[in-house]
Amino acid sequence: MTTPTFDTVQVGDELPTLQLPPVDRTTLALFAGASGDHNPIHIDTDVARRAGMPDVFAQGMLGMAWLGRLLTGWAPQSRLRRFDARFQGITHLGNAMRCSGRVVEKLDQDGERCVRIELQSANQFGQTKIVGEALVALP
Amino acid sequence: MIDKKWIGHELPASVLPIERSRLQFFAKAIGETDPIYTDQAAARDAGYPDLPAPPTFLFAAELDSGASDRLLTDLQIPIAKLLHGEQSFSYHRPACAGDTVTVRSTVSDIYDKKNGALEFVVKTSRATNQRDELVAELRTVIVCRR
Repeated sequence: MTTPTFDTVQVGDELPTLQLPPVDRTTLALFAGASGDHNPIHIDTDVARRAGMPDVFAQGMLGMAWLGRLLTGWAPQSRLRRFDARFQGITHLGNAMRCSGRVVEKLDQDGERCVRIELQSANQFGQTKIVGEALVALP
Repeated sequence: MIDKKWIGHELPASVLPIERSRLQFFAKAIGETDPIYTDQAAARDAGYPDLPAPPTFLFAAELDSGASDRLLTDLQIPIAKLLHGEQSFSYHRPACAGDTVTVRSTVSDIYDKKNGALEFVVKTSRATNQRDELVAELRTVIVCRR
């Protein structure tokens, strides 16, 4: 990975997009175990239906972890200073999420040169599921 | 309605020993293929003492310990009514395999919108390592649909 530098990055630059495969039950089961989120609404269809949902759906933190991959694929994780997400919609089975990010500001924060990045995760129908923001310190 | 008496409530500390195999499992679950997250030699080459925990991994601490479930029980939020509204992380230093991270959380706010149809609980957390150094600060907003 070539680390982006403060001087070469410009406001408006897009991070390389991260395209995920459609969400399936296996992914939800693996993430339940790996993340420690054992809420059955994400892994047991019966429980999801009793809660009034059409089927199981993705853990919010799975979507945020994918946005994390977008960030650490662009700059080393050791440069990540802040990472915020707002969960705006439910990510359903079959949704193929596209994670994108755009540099919106270059700034000095606590004596470090940083860029502020707007983040978004949307499915193949253009429905936004997560919006977020990150602060990354660049050399 | 969620009783506002819980504002200021401190959750029991959650201790999360960060294990290499758990991080490898987490990387698999999120489709992470960068070897620094699964291969010790690659992590060392990248300047980490061992595999680094990915940016959102520390959220596991209070799930593993049961502190998250306990909070929902205390606040009488049924799991079927629960939504994750917002999540923030501020990072101070890496957490890697071999570290033991302790997360301590406080309920910092409880409020409602739409005449109580949506209730919000804000939890703020500090994650420290075995040297008592600050690793990260977390802020979680959970939403209860009535």
